[in-house]
Amino acid sequence: MLLEIKNLHAEINGKEILKGIDLTVNAGEVHAIMGPNGSGKSTLSSVLVGNPLFTVTEGEVIYEGKDLLALEPEDRSREGIFLSFQYPVEIPGVSMVNFMRAALNEHLKYKGLEPISASDFLKLMREKRAIVELDNKLASRSVNEGFSGGEKKRNEIFQMAMLEPTLAILDETDSGLDIDALRVVANGVNQLRTPHNAAIVITHYQRLLDYIKPDFVHVLYKGRIVKSGGPELALELEEKGYDWLKEND
Amino acid sequence: MKAEQQYIDLFARYEELVCRHSTPVMNALRGKAFDDFERLGFPKYKTEDYRQTDMAQSFAPDYGLNINRVQIPVNPYDVFRCDVPNLSTALYFVVNDSFYEKEQPKVIFPENVYVGGLKHFTEQYPELAARYYGQAAPSHKDGLIAFNTMLAQDGFVVYVPKNVVVDKPIQLVNIFRNDTDTLVNRRVLVILEEYAQAKLLVCDHSIDEVKFLSTEVIEIFAGEGAVFDYYDLEESNESTTRFTSLHVRQEAASNVLVNGITLYNGLSRNNYYVELNGEQAEATLCAMAILDKEQQVDTYSHITHAAPHCTSTELVKNVLDDHSQAAFSGRILVRQDAQKTQAYQTNRNLALTREARIYSKPQLEIYADDVKCSHGMTTGQLDENALFYLRSRGIPEAEARMLLSVAFTADVIDHVRLDSLKDRLHLLVEKRFRGELAKCAGCRACGPTNLPEGEA
Repeated sequence: MLLEIKNLHAEINGKEILKGIDLTVNAGEVHAIMGPNGSGKSTLSSVLVGNPLFTVTEGEVIYEGKDLLALEPEDRSREGIFLSFQYPVEIPGVSMVNFMRAALNEHLKYKGLEPISASDFLKLMREKRAIVELDNKLASRSVNEGFSGGEKKRNEIFQMAMLEPTLAILDETDSGLDIDALRVVANGVNQLRTPHNAAIVITHYQRLLDYIKPDFVHVLYKGRIVKSGGPELALELEEKGYDWLKEND
Repeated sequence: MKAEQQYIDLFARYEELVCRHSTPVMNALRGKAFDDFERLGFPKYKTEDYRQTDMAQSFAPDYGLNINRVQIPVNPYDVFRCDVPNLSTALYFVVNDSFYEKEQPKVIFPENVYVGGLKHFTEQYPELAARYYGQAAPSHKDGLIAFNTMLAQDGFVVYVPKNVVVDKPIQLVNIFRNDTDTLVNRRVLVILEEYAQAKLLVCDHSIDEVKFLSTEVIEIFAGEGAVFDYYDLEESNESTTRFTSLHVRQEAASNVLVNGITLYNGLSRNNYYVELNGEQAEATLCAMAILDKEQQVDTYSHITHAAPHCTSTELVKNVLDDHSQAAFSGRILVRQDAQKTQAYQTNRNLALTREARIYSKPQLEIYADDVKCSHGMTTGQLDENALFYLRSRGIPEAEARMLLSVAFTADVIDHVRLDSLKDRLHLLVEKRFRGELAKCAGCRACGPTNLPEGEA
């Protein structure tokens, strides 16, 4: 078992958003989490990576046998958790190269390995850039500064390729992407799949799941997973929308 | 006039001695400067332009002055390790307030260029010197300038005649070295005739732990079409207090960059005066301070657009940690005839603690009706979203804070027009934020074992 979420409750500014999430993810699996706006999808991803804006009030998360919630955000990253942000942050003055080299070296240090040499690093950058067809010019600029929406999302997957996470969480990676960019980003994610890692794909729409095939689909509604199933559930949601959930409410 | 009195008495008593160890050109302004200082005193604390800095208080203690020009037993080449290696410069020293003549770089400048001591220059070229010395920084309105002019005996000069381009950057290292509390009065005079070009890097270092107090008056004359870079890098210590007054006079189509960087200091008050007197002149004024503990920087600027079609760009940034304090007061004056002026002023401050204090006051005074002027000021903390983003990629919080602080200062350094200096400054700023620059890396006081490896 890679990840086990048990009865997870979380709040922001005293408002409870997650009201008891249970979810188990095994290596090699792709889980899609779908649901209407405000159901708590992004909160779940934020809590898993330790965003300090959110407070966990109840429940636990076990990741590779460790108490995930006890770890600092940086340690979660070094333990192999990666979030592709819905809204990647622009950081003027910090170059992509310095940022990625600092991040990668922290990961290596955590594993007790030597820092990567400058030439190996540049080679690695080139190799990983190709996966998402990220322009070299972007890689030499400040982090996300002046990137278009699509470029920012590609940049997220590029960082994922650099850090090779065990558990990738893609938070609405499809939003703001045209169909070509969507295909590039999804291809990138698929290339990074192995039997040893897993992904949680958060999305509103079925269309991303045409490219990234999920093994399981969960429906999040009002802070709880109200329905789980196979890939066919996503198609059903696409067809019926989310209103039928609300009727059962 | 309590703080002033000891200096008035001192000058009245030792005027002859002060003059004997200086030159007629410098002495010619002394009497008037004395009268002006007696009348003006130090700029008054809490008045409009000195709201945050009490100059009289700094000058109240009894400091030693070396008016008899006793040689300080020091070889600057021994005590100073250049913090800007790979930057091949013509390197000169001023020890306290005396130009160091013993060893000078073996640089062959183009014909008729003068780089060296002010005392020697004013002796050798009295007519030329008198045309410029004290002209951009007159003593009748400003007690700080009056004080300096009254007591200064030596300094540093760069003179570049018409159409001559000095390619090699010139570096002046001001060293504070003494065993007792010391007051020094320094001068820098830069004269660029028409279409002349030069670059000057000035570094202030304090070697000892005693108290140092300085006044520094810098005059820069940029003739028509002249191009000049002035970089001022302060790496002193907590027991150093400095008051500088920098004056730039620009003629038509000249281009001057002034970039003042306070990497480490005690208390600094830096005044910048820029006058754009000819059409199409362009001035860039940058200043940046990285402060912690009880350090203070007070930046004052006054840019005068006196001719049409000139451009000035001003960027002042401060990063404050602990209980440090920064003040910025920036005035832009656009005279009635100065149509088509473009003047941009930006002040940004980063407060890393609740205790840090920032005072900012932009002032635009515009009498022309066809101009483009803007000013902007922000003061804030590090962006929490950016901080989290970096941490979520495995970068520890302290490192992430450091990266963002360095990033905040990046654009000031990007204005540097010397690539090797730019690279070095990025590195020095990073070291500063890492706390590896607690004392300047150039000081003997740090001991060779504390020096970073591989940077000789």
